[in-house]
Amino acid sequence: MNVEQAASFAFTPENEAEADKAVARYPEGRQASAVLALLDIAQRQCGGWLPRVAMDHVAERLSMAPIRVYEVVTFYEMYYDRPRGTHEVRVCTTTPCWLRGSADLVKTCEAELGIRVGETTEDGQYSLSEFECLGACVNAPIVWIDDDYYEDLDPEKLKAVLDAFKRGEAPKPGSQSGRQTSAPAPGLTTLTAKTAKEAR
Amino acid sequence: MPKLKIDGKEIEVPAGLNVLQACELAGVEIPRFCYHERLSVAGNCRMCLVELKPGPPKPAASCAMPVAEGQEVFTNTPMVRKAREGVMEFLLINHPLDCPICDQGGECDLQDQSMAYGVGRSRFDENKRAVKDKDLGPLVETHMTRCIHCTRCIRFSTEVAGVEEMGATGRGEHMEVGTYIEKCLTSELSANIIDLCPVGALTSKPYAFAARPWELARTETVDVMDAVGSNIRVDTRGTAVMRVLPVLNEDINEEWISDKTRYACDGLRRQRLDTPFVRRDGALSPANWDEAFAAIVSRLRGMDGAKIAAIAGDLADAEAMCALKDLMEGLGSPNVDCRQDGAALGGGARSGWLFNTTIAGIENADAVLIVGSDPRREAPIINARIRKRWLRGGFKAGVVGPNIDLTYSTEHLGAGPQTLKEIADGSHPFCGTLKAAEKPMIVVGQGALARADGAAVLAAARKIAEDCGAVTDDWNGFNVLHRAAARVGGLELGLLPGMGGRDVASILDGASKGEIDAVYLLGADEIPMERLGKAFVIYQGHHGDAGAHRADVILPGAAYTEKNATYVNTEGRAQRGRRAVFPPGEAREDWTILRALSDPLGCKLPYDDIFALRRRMAGISPVFDEIGLAVPAEWGAFGTAGAMDDASFATPIANFYMTDPVSRASETMAACSRAVLGLGREATGTDG
Repeated sequence: MNVEQAASFAFTPENEAEADKAVARYPEGRQASAVLALLDIAQRQCGGWLPRVAMDHVAERLSMAPIRVYEVVTFYEMYYDRPRGTHEVRVCTTTPCWLRGSADLVKTCEAELGIRVGETTEDGQYSLSEFECLGACVNAPIVWIDDDYYEDLDPEKLKAVLDAFKRGEAPKPGSQSGRQTSAPAPGLTTLTAKTAKEAR
Repeated sequence: MPKLKIDGKEIEVPAGLNVLQACELAGVEIPRFCYHERLSVAGNCRMCLVELKPGPPKPAASCAMPVAEGQEVFTNTPMVRKAREGVMEFLLINHPLDCPICDQGGECDLQDQSMAYGVGRSRFDENKRAVKDKDLGPLVETHMTRCIHCTRCIRFSTEVAGVEEMGATGRGEHMEVGTYIEKCLTSELSANIIDLCPVGALTSKPYAFAARPWELARTETVDVMDAVGSNIRVDTRGTAVMRVLPVLNEDINEEWISDKTRYACDGLRRQRLDTPFVRRDGALSPANWDEAFAAIVSRLRGMDGAKIAAIAGDLADAEAMCALKDLMEGLGSPNVDCRQDGAALGGGARSGWLFNTTIAGIENADAVLIVGSDPRREAPIINARIRKRWLRGGFKAGVVGPNIDLTYSTEHLGAGPQTLKEIADGSHPFCGTLKAAEKPMIVVGQGALARADGAAVLAAARKIAEDCGAVTDDWNGFNVLHRAAARVGGLELGLLPGMGGRDVASILDGASKGEIDAVYLLGADEIPMERLGKAFVIYQGHHGDAGAHRADVILPGAAYTEKNATYVNTEGRAQRGRRAVFPPGEAREDWTILRALSDPLGCKLPYDDIFALRRRMAGISPVFDEIGLAVPAEWGAFGTAGAMDDASFATPIANFYMTDPVSRASETMAACSRAVLGLGREATGTDG
């Protein structure tokens, strides 16, 4: 790996407490089960990726062979073993989102960020990737940025979201079409009556 | 015992087997790649699909399907044939068509099974996947594009070798087998993954592009790199040993061999003594046999027997040692010793120098106390057995001596005799563990015995064995772990100082003081040569190592692949080595040299062929009549109780890869010492 690696890693005191909590969820002798949680904590602490020392630290802490941790990290798409941008932009391109225009969203991202899928902007602010089903098809198409889903997007709305990020704002996550969570898009179709009597 | 029908034939098999094993018992071959009887079941290659009734109307993986009463298995239906063809086609999708340049060619499971079960064509038109090769060190060459992801190598290093270094990184199309970080494998058994690999992904680096399997002559023989006596197959082409492979022996090495056993063989081509040498005017110069014998006779004839001594080395075969013993008797010398390292063994009951539990017996033990031994380096195969037992659970291991990672969890009890004393007098807590165990084992290594207080250590170990109930009518848990292939053979033959004779330490003392005038070294290289003083040294052996450098006359002998010879392993199991190639040049089988030399020395040995010599050996010890069997030993007296030194037990092996003249001459072993242990000089620009 031609990646600049950190020399050492240790959890911050707060994260150490978090890690303890995660490990305590599993019965004695099954500490290795906490590997996903610990890797997530470590990745957040390291700025969105896992240097090798961090993986080794997790392995040692859970009494696992380091290779077992490397396997986990490389298996899951959400762990990164090399540096990423400050913001992770992930576009869902699985069938429901694709039917709802995710291909255009990929193009919008590429145009707005000036990078291709799989790349990171030169200023280190944004990484762009395609993801398989994010499991929110009812609000397709979806773009997942950092820890939040931005839903019901079209190229303009996505551009607005990205612009907000660029201005340093935190745009409101969830549906961008104004509907409440996944309520019917054209407005209420049932239970529209004000009173029970009216409904009858 | 469930009864099931396999292809219409009824068979009763032990419960707990899987369908694949049941088919094998029924004599039906099931193709497979990932399944291996000594590894856990992975079930990921899908090649072993069969049709089962009752069951869903689809093929089932027989390796992962337990047998059940009344099951019907079909291995030859259109569904099964089609399934195999499909799996084969999928496996070959990303497999390169490079058999002509692949070292696995001719002994490749994928090749064979593709011929037997494949369709012979592919419908795949897209690009094949390519994977970057990994650098796994000096032994294992990788061609990862050929990998079919059976994960046998991963399971072997995790389960059998106990060194978790290999894994599968990535997922799906991007999955790669390797170590993730670039590192060389550090297990002493690492090269077994080459044999396990069903395709040409992992091949032998030293043997790369050296030969095709059908060009090789095969000879099944016995390994001498340690005292385990692993069964090996020596593949030769012409006069050269091309490679060494394991041979199945459930009682000894199962189907594994250590990396040294496998790869020290290139040392057989270097530094060889292929003609006699005689020292003239201070320098060794080539001579013929007559000149060499004349030089010896002129010095030894008429010499007082008490001034002659003989030391047998670590690789000596029993035939040669027997001839040496008889020759020294003929010369009237009681100064014979086969214990180069000075271990306090021999002289007492036979059980006092054997691995009495036997290697297979380890699997019945439930606790072990390891004293002054590093089984991982001294006998990797035995260490793997202990690990196999440990994996089953309910097994405790305690270590007295250096605290080393043995690939299983051990309790480090102490570093030296003080701890041993505490265990012997019952005051140490581990004593309770041993007493509570039903079948406890004690393994005493050469690090504890090859010291001045060795006899006292042996006696203390014996006391522990007796006090903890390690020796009963049906269980003998007292074990001495040897590390020299010759040692037990020498002890069985009684190559020990006779009445008033000198042992190795005393021979060296005598030589440096001028009390010993002639020393016969039978392949003895691991003694301090500078202490031989002005003595006349005859070296008989196969490599130009320490002994040959000091010698006044060199008699070229045969290495273990070049003679029909008997070796007794640490269990007391005599095994026959067979000649795979002839010794180089003027070199001869060792016992014939001694027999030939005995004539001009005036004490002609009474055997003219190897059969007569073997009858003589069997007369000394019945072990030599029971080839292949570990002859049990009666429990008796051995060791001398006494004061023990305070010094910690040291490990006798500093460098696992170089322990004897053959491995010291091996380039591959030198590369391993550098790469794995970081020993030796740095590689320079001319190293290629």
